[in-house]
Amino acid sequence: MKILNWAAAGLAVLALAACAPSTAPQAGGGDEKSGTLRVWLYEEPNRAPKEKVVAEAVKEFTAANSGVEVEVSYIPTTPARHEKFKGAFNDPASAPDVAEYGNTDLAEYAAAGGFADLTADVRAWPEGADLGADLLGSATVDGKLYGVPWFIGIRALYYRTDVFDELGLKPPASIEELTSTARQIRAKKPDMYGIAVGGEYTFGALPLVWDAGGDIEKLDSPESRKGVQAYTDLLKDDNCPPQTCASLTGGKTVELFAGGKAAMGILGNFSRSAVDAGPAAGKYAVVPLPGAAKDSIAPAFAGGNNLGVLKSSAHRSLAVKFVQLLSGKTYQTKMFEAMGNLPTLTSARDALAAEEPFLKPFLDTVAAGTRFVPIDPAWVKIDNQKVIPTMLQKIATGRSTVEEATTEAATAVNAAFGRS
Amino acid sequence: MTQAGRTRTPWLYLLPTVAVLAPLFGYPIYMLGLLSVFDYRQAQVSGGEPTTFIGFGNYATLFGDPRFWSILGQTVVFAAVLVIVTLAVGAALAVVLTRAGHWPRLLLSLAAMAAWAAPAMTGSTVWMFLFDADLGLVNQVLGIDGFNWFYDRWVTFGVVGATVVWHSFPLVMVMLFAGIQAIPVSVREAAALDGASEWQSFWRIIVPMLRPLITIVVIQSIIWDFKIFTQIYVMTNGGGIAGQNSVLNVYAYQTAFGSSEYGLGSAIGVVMTLILLVVTLFYIRALHRTGEKL
Repeated sequence: MKILNWAAAGLAVLALAACAPSTAPQAGGGDEKSGTLRVWLYEEPNRAPKEKVVAEAVKEFTAANSGVEVEVSYIPTTPARHEKFKGAFNDPASAPDVAEYGNTDLAEYAAAGGFADLTADVRAWPEGADLGADLLGSATVDGKLYGVPWFIGIRALYYRTDVFDELGLKPPASIEELTSTARQIRAKKPDMYGIAVGGEYTFGALPLVWDAGGDIEKLDSPESRKGVQAYTDLLKDDNCPPQTCASLTGGKTVELFAGGKAAMGILGNFSRSAVDAGPAAGKYAVVPLPGAAKDSIAPAFAGGNNLGVLKSSAHRSLAVKFVQLLSGKTYQTKMFEAMGNLPTLTSARDALAAEEPFLKPFLDTVAAGTRFVPIDPAWVKIDNQKVIPTMLQKIATGRSTVEEATTEAATAVNAAFGRS
Repeated sequence: MTQAGRTRTPWLYLLPTVAVLAPLFGYPIYMLGLLSVFDYRQAQVSGGEPTTFIGFGNYATLFGDPRFWSILGQTVVFAAVLVIVTLAVGAALAVVLTRAGHWPRLLLSLAAMAAWAAPAMTGSTVWMFLFDADLGLVNQVLGIDGFNWFYDRWVTFGVVGATVVWHSFPLVMVMLFAGIQAIPVSVREAAALDGASEWQSFWRIIVPMLRPLITIVVIQSIIWDFKIFTQIYVMTNGGGIAGQNSVLNVYAYQTAFGSSEYGLGSAIGVVMTLILLVVTLFYIRALHRTGEKL
C-alpha cells in the first residue's frame, strides 16, 4: 500500500511539474430562457431606497418573463470588490449574470475577459441612441462596448453660504480666488478648513491638473506640474494642514464638509444626501469647480457605474433585457429620485435639469467637458499602487519638490503602461 | 534490532509527519515558485491571455526596483527592533511573574492572555482608535487634540510597533516563565548564597539554562515580525502616507492582489521565504556551535 501511495504522490508531482499554473476554463455562456438570473449591485451607505427601486424593476421583469427569478446581491465597493469580480471571472459557477461596476474598473475587467460584448445589443436598443458618445466611450475598450452606462457622478464645489455671508465672501470664480478665499476663511475661523482637500483624493486633484493642460499620462509635463502645484498649495497650514489632510481620502473630505468642519469641499452630486444629514444641511450651495482662467470650469472626472453582462452568463438575452430595463429612462429617473444618481440618458437628464435647480452646477460642468482616466488595465495598477496619492503626499509633507514627485510619478505611470 | 533496522526505524517514525507536511507545505511552496517564473496576471488567470514562461524576469524586475530594496531594509530594521523589544518585555515580565504574589500574578497573566487572544485585526483597530487624532483617548489624556500619530514615519512605526509587541509578548512571557519555573530552586538558592545579585543570576544562570528555549522564541519572533502584515495594513491604511510605512508582506500583497501581478507577488514571497530559511538555518547552526542541542 505504502509503495502505491508513494507512486501516486510521485506521479502527481510529475504531472504538476509538467503543466503551467492553471487558467480558468473558458466558459462560453448560454442563452437559457428561464431559471434564476443573478444580479450583483453595489452596496450603498443608505441602501434602502436603491433596494426599493430595484425590487420594483425585478417585479416588473418577472411579471413579463414567466419562469424567471431574479436574485439580487449587494457587493461592497471597497477594494475587495476586485477580489469578488476576479473570483467570478475565475469560477463561472459562482458568477452573476448581470453586474454593476465602477467605470474606472472597466479596462481591467475587459482585459480579464470577464464581460460580454454588448455593442450589437445596445445598437439594437431604441434607448441606446439616447446615450452620449462620451459616455459610450467610457464603457468601450478596443471598439467593444462592455456595459451600459447606468449613471454618472460629477464633482463640483460645495460651499457654506452662512460662512461666506458672515465673512462677506463671494463664491470663487478661478483657482486663484479659490485659494485666497480658502486662506481668508482659515485665517478668520481657525477651527475650520478653508477647503477640505486630501492627499489621497485623486479625483479632487485631477481637475486642476486637467485644467492646466496636464494629464495622467504626462504627469511630469510643465502643465501637469502647474496643476499639481495648485492643488498641493491647498494642502498647507493656511488652509488644510498636512498633519491632518495629507492622509485624507475623498470620502473623508465629504465627512469634513458634511460635519461642518470645512467651508468648501469638492463633492459629487451623489454626496448630497450625506451633506443633508449633517450640520451643514440647508446652509450650502454648489457652483462648478473653477479653472485657472476667470469664470472657467475645471474639467471634472466623469465617474459613474455601468451595468454589464458576464461572459459566462447562461441567460444572455434575459440578462441583456434586465440591463436594458434598469438602465431605461423610467428606472434611471427613479434611481435619481431615490439616490441622486445622475442619468446617463440625455433626455432623462434634460427633463430633470428643468425641474431640479440643484443639478445645474453639475450639468454645467458636464456641458463644459469631462475627462476620464486611461481606459487601460494600467489604470487599475496606477490606482492600486497609489501613484497619484503618493505624489501629492510627498509634496504636501515637504519630502519632495513638485518636480521630484511628478517625475517619480510619471516613471511609475510609464512602468504601469509597460513603457520605460 | 539489526543494524539496518536501526537506521531505518527513525525514518519510519517520521513518515506520518512527512505525509502531512509534504502536501501542506511542499505544494504551496512549489506553486509559489512556479508562479514566480511566469508572467501571470489577472488576464492569464481568467484566460484572457496565454500564460508565458519568463524565467527570472519577475526577479529581475523586483531586484531592479529601488522601492523593493528600501522596503526590504525597512522591514529588516523594524523586525529586528520588534524582536528585541518583544523579548525584553516578555523576559522582564516573566521574571516579574516568578516574583509576584498570587493576585498580581493572576492579573498580569489574565491581561497578557487577553492581549494574546485578541485577533490582530481587532487589536489593531482598537489601538488605532486609541491614537485617533480627534477622538482618541491618548490625545485626550495628553491634551494634544488633533495630533496625528500616523503622520511622521518614525512615530507611526512606534505606535504600530507597540501594538505588535502588545500582541506578541505574552507568548514569550509564558514560555520563559514556564522555563524559569522548571529551573530547580536549589540552583538559584545556591547562587544567592554565593552572593550573586538578581541581575547576575538572571544573566549567568537563567539565560544559559534557558538557551534552547530562548532560541526557539527568538526564531519564532523573527519569523512573526518579519512577516508582519495586519497591524501595518490596518493601522496605516496599507502603508502610510506616501507608502512610508510599508513592509515586505504588505508590499507583496499589494503587488500580487492589488495590482493583480501574481507572478511578481510570488517572486516577493519566494524571496521572503528564502530570507527566513537562511535566518532559521543560521540560528540552528549557532545553536550547534555552542554545543547545545535543541
